Amino acid sequence: MAASVGRICGAGLLKPTCGLTTSQISSFSTTREWTRGRKALISTLGVLAGGAGALVLALDQSVKASDLELHPPKNPWNHKGILSSLDHASVRRGYQVYKQVCAACHSMRFVAYRDLVGVSHTEDEAKAEAEEQLITDGPDENGNMFQRPGKLSDYFPNPYANEEAARAANNGAFPPDLSYIVSARHGGEDYVFSLLTGYCEAPAGIVLREGQYYNPYFPGGAISMAQALFNEVLEYDDGTPASASQLAKDVATFLKWTAEPEHDDRKRMIIKATGIFSLLIAVTFYIKRHKWISLKTRKIEFKPRK
Amino acid sequence: MAGLSSTIYNSVFKRTSTFALACVGAVFFFERSFDLTSELLFDKINEGKLWKHIKHNYEK
Repeated sequence: MAASVGRICGAGLLKPTCGLTTSQISSFSTTREWTRGRKALISTLGVLAGGAGALVLALDQSVKASDLELHPPKNPWNHKGILSSLDHASVRRGYQVYKQVCAACHSMRFVAYRDLVGVSHTEDEAKAEAEEQLITDGPDENGNMFQRPGKLSDYFPNPYANEEAARAANNGAFPPDLSYIVSARHGGEDYVFSLLTGYCEAPAGIVLREGQYYNPYFPGGAISMAQALFNEVLEYDDGTPASASQLAKDVATFLKWTAEPEHDDRKRMIIKATGIFSLLIAVTFYIKRHKWISLKTRKIEFKPRK
Repeated sequence: MAGLSSTIYNSVFKRTSTFALACVGAVFFFERSFDLTSELLFDKINEGKLWKHIKHNYEK
């Protein structure tokens, strides 16, 4: 390989400006001897083949009706910035919405009451929240399960005993666990918000079965969950007007927190990592210049022996 | 200036023991100030959104 390259280019490769190489390479082209008509034929064929390929691709894309779904619009969440934390007042309101509305059907089995402490509730409030729930514990010394008020270490209770009970109570549809739902759905909190506020009349031609509702943001359109959030469906402790979109926004923020409890720490670490790494890059750059300067400013002279 | 740098050299950098001690001390002060500054920056950016900014509403 090296020998043939050397034969073609010769000493031209070693020269700083190599005008010789380009003129030599063009003389190796096999299309130089083609007639004008043949060149025109070949280029017409190329254009036709490319156009046909693009047409086939476009036609194929246009008939993919299965991909017809409504993508949720991007909302300006106030935790969206690269350094923006979650709005913890909103997380607290979202917990209230979850507890009073969603928890009737949806479990949240990876979140414990102790997780609320220092995020949306004080320790005493979280204890009070836990004690409102009856938790099945046991077995006791006689081998029986028993009920007791919740403790801080308890996870959020499941509204149904098991998945089959949940399906039986909901027309065969299983209400998904909401712990990581924001990470588990395309669009994240935008999807949750759009789904909760996006219920509408089914368009003509869509057949809904018994117990199904129409929601354009739900893949397929037919969803077994009825619209749950309406204006003033509950009253916020902090006096925020409880419109349906406010409820959806708060519960989406709460679900964002349950899916990514490390969210705020992650953004705090961005500041620290940026600071430390910019210092380290500056030091590395200085050391590199320091070490290389003697090499870069050196001049090598060739003195042939007389 | 030369006097100062030679004093620093003789008292800190010359012996490994004092140099290592100086490293440990400098790391302590650097880490504290860097950490506190970045925390301050984060709290400033997210004024009113963090739990520590709203918890006085709920504590008795």
